[in-house]
Amino acid sequence: MVQRVMKAAGRDVQEIRFCGFGGQGVILAGYITGKAAAIIEGRHATLTRSFGPESRGGACSAAVILADQRIAYPFLHKQDVLVAMSQAAYVEHIGQLVPGGILITEKDLVTVENPRQDIRSYAVPATRLAEELGRKLVLNIVMLGFFTCVSRVVDPESMRKAIQSSVPAGTEDLNLQAFNKGYAFGLEHGVNG
Amino acid sequence: MNPETPKKGTDGGDELPGSDGHPMDRILRMDRMPHIWCPGCGLGTTVSCFALAVNECGIDYDKLCVVSGIGCTGRAAGYLRLDGYHTTHGRAIPFATGLHLANPDLKVVVISGDGDLSAIGGNHLIHAARRNLNLVVICVNNFIYGMTGGQVAPTTPEGMKATTSPFGCLEHPFNLPYLASSSGATLVARWTTLDVRQMVNTFKKAFMKKGFSFIEVISPCPELYMRRNKLGDGLAMMKRFQSDRLVKHGADPKEADLGATGKILVGEFVNLDRSTYADAYFRMVSQLAEAKSVRKEEAKPGGKSPAQAGAKAPEAVGEPKAKPRPAEGDREGRGPEKKAAGTPAVATSPP
Amino acid sequence: MVSAGWVERIKESSSEAKVLPGILRPGAYFFNGDEAAAEGAIAANGRFFAAYPITPATEIAERCAARFPECGGMFIQMEDELAAMNCILGAAWAGAKALTSTSGPGFSLMMENLGLGIMLETPVVLANVQRAGPSTGLPTSVGQQDMMQARWGSHGDYEIIALCPDSPQECFDLMIRAFNLSEQFRTPVLLMSDETIGHMTEKVIIPPAEEIELVPRRYTRAAPGDYWPYVPDEDLVPPMARAGTGYRYHVTGLTHDHRGYPDLDAEGQHQLLWRLKNKILQNQKKILSFEMARMDDAEVCLLAYGCSSRVARSVMELARERGIRAGLLRLITVWPFPDDLVRDVAGRVKAIIVPEINLGQIVREVERAARGRTKVVSVPHAGGGLHTEPAVLQVIEEALR
Repeated sequence: MVQRVMKAAGRDVQEIRFCGFGGQGVILAGYITGKAAAIIEGRHATLTRSFGPESRGGACSAAVILADQRIAYPFLHKQDVLVAMSQAAYVEHIGQLVPGGILITEKDLVTVENPRQDIRSYAVPATRLAEELGRKLVLNIVMLGFFTCVSRVVDPESMRKAIQSSVPAGTEDLNLQAFNKGYAFGLEHGVNG
Repeated sequence: MNPETPKKGTDGGDELPGSDGHPMDRILRMDRMPHIWCPGCGLGTTVSCFALAVNECGIDYDKLCVVSGIGCTGRAAGYLRLDGYHTTHGRAIPFATGLHLANPDLKVVVISGDGDLSAIGGNHLIHAARRNLNLVVICVNNFIYGMTGGQVAPTTPEGMKATTSPFGCLEHPFNLPYLASSSGATLVARWTTLDVRQMVNTFKKAFMKKGFSFIEVISPCPELYMRRNKLGDGLAMMKRFQSDRLVKHGADPKEADLGATGKILVGEFVNLDRSTYADAYFRMVSQLAEAKSVRKEEAKPGGKSPAQAGAKAPEAVGEPKAKPRPAEGDREGRGPEKKAAGTPAVATSPP
Repeated sequence: MVSAGWVERIKESSSEAKVLPGILRPGAYFFNGDEAAAEGAIAANGRFFAAYPITPATEIAERCAARFPECGGMFIQMEDELAAMNCILGAAWAGAKALTSTSGPGFSLMMENLGLGIMLETPVVLANVQRAGPSTGLPTSVGQQDMMQARWGSHGDYEIIALCPDSPQECFDLMIRAFNLSEQFRTPVLLMSDETIGHMTEKVIIPPAEEIELVPRRYTRAAPGDYWPYVPDEDLVPPMARAGTGYRYHVTGLTHDHRGYPDLDAEGQHQLLWRLKNKILQNQKKILSFEMARMDDAEVCLLAYGCSSRVARSVMELARERGIRAGLLRLITVWPFPDDLVRDVAGRVKAIIVPEINLGQIVREVERAARGRTKVVSVPHAGGGLHTEPAVLQVIEEALR
């Protein structure tokens, strides 16, 4: 298993936020991450979510806590990793990212002004990478691939298994391709970011 | 507690204490007589017609359930020797819905009053008709809330007095057959308590009908409706029935408005067939089961691969250290399990 | 081909001590609390579901809508919660194991016929995924404000059983237990979940079917003609008879005698009301369930239930890190209230701290049960989120000062 960056830093709890707007698959990204950790890897995970009354277009956020112990308080105290897929979501949540934390933004959807110097920051052209696969909709899974690569909180193979059992039937291959594409982009551009 | 046990009859427990061997004893709870209804009231006639219809059509007593709400008519369930449920005000229909859908072999009959069924229970009435549940609803309409002393009802004709409309009712009354038929009832009829033979026949038809039957029975309330409105006694109302009722089978229920005086349109207005909720549900269950067995067939060696058939690896992967057990029953990790996440699948909708 | 067997299974779902086909394969699943509750119902042989959709309980209805048809169960979305509650009562009398789900506004509407369920002694389960009120309140945010309504919400005097899950796993487990208790004591049982638990996703272990214990309905062994519906056994619970099996009984929401016939005087009321109350209270030990953590040496007790107990557990650890000997008493059975247990704890600690997402409901019971033996401190929260840990910690520190 890939060594966990956070674990190496002496902590066994990772708090992650995926955010964007409704319709982007934000919740699914959080769901897959939690499932990979809790079900495939046998750790503990909680997923909580928040969204507005809109089915599409409203603010949307999935908060995932991963831990080796039972998790009591299910909401985030802080953010170790922030994955932002919209400008509004980025603006709302960047302040809670811990120093040394990881920021991953969708390059075309988020403009980072006054970048923080105390974090590791990545911009991923996930929409364009998804379009190369012919389905713009899988941008969330591209982001997930990149996130898995640079954060190393969950083993990529666990993530692949979780994706396979979570996406609609018939779309497994497409989603795995999307994941691999994001992961490869991470290997190429991210790991030493 | 050491209660007296009910006396067993020679025909398998059909007689109860107090029975004198009358044919109606088989279906009436003689140990609860005398009933609470007033002289001149039409409820006794209605229950007698119900009992006659049950006896004549040969329906299995044991499979017949009667459900009532609250009010004078609501007491009917208590006088019938059937599985009987005296529920809350207005809620007889949803209770009956549960009985029927949990065991569609039962014939479930709701007997209740106009206030119970069309005021506080009006919403349940229209939705049960819309769903075409296989229920019989017998609505005894006496134009008033009788048990509580004569308050105005949704069926009280305009201008008529009640304790809560001392200067005359200001509202337009429901035309109940029209309400039921426009909501989707598949058998709709109205009779008065004078039309004993016709009432029995329609009850029998309804017991055999598959679908939602609504039968309005116009009944005198001499004590609380008629006396206050100076309409005479129970006999006077029967005379009005005799002179004013107009039998018109197949009439448009729209024309069945009722006033304090004038024509009373009676007859079987609607009798049609359409799929019931239970039938539609059965069909859906059968189709799901068939689709599932097709998928299983395709997943067998030599058949299409699970991937080709669109089948899915089971979601449960077991505890990492514990091997997943073999499948329980015939369930596959498929179908709704897909949506286990409760997550919107929009991000990765299939091509 | 399916329909015949299907009908049989619904009306006989209450007779089975074994788990019927339809339960998920054993293993670990990633479910939110609502989904887990629905799966718990299926595991408990729940085969009749009627409800009206309402946030945040809708996911229970949605999952049942998808799962019940393939499990040989009946699903119907009713026109309102008045109808939903009544519908499951009817279904139970027909022989089904039946449930409904709702949240605050719908819970209010269900109160009328929760009373009928208690009066007719009908085994059903009602899951309330609590949100913040009053009225429409915060539809998508958490509250624990229906706890007293659960106890006293229907008119008249009665006892009720209510269980509070603190995780999706417990939504599954306690749904099964709720069904068992409802059958054991022939009474409606409330599963008092909340928005946080209902909407949070966590690992849920589905055990092998043979490891799940189910309580089948207590049907009469008397012959038709020798049966009255309200002649109780020694534990004060009367055996039932299923509709359509020839018993031809009568039941009523009116005060009634052992025959099910109206008995409308003070003596009849006295007999019935006390039996309904005592069948729960005399069996309280069988109903009581709770969890204690680090209470052996505790100087202060955090008493909590549902989602608030997750905060309390976290606060307990934080307090211990600061040298405060904190312990946790988590109530799983909230009604009937465990007076003896709380009284005992009250005699051992300097204070009992009660965080709950309402303005102080269960704390009243704690105060009553503690009888002045210790300081009882309410930590109210108006709803819309959980308590923050520092806020509760501060209350502990002040209480010990």
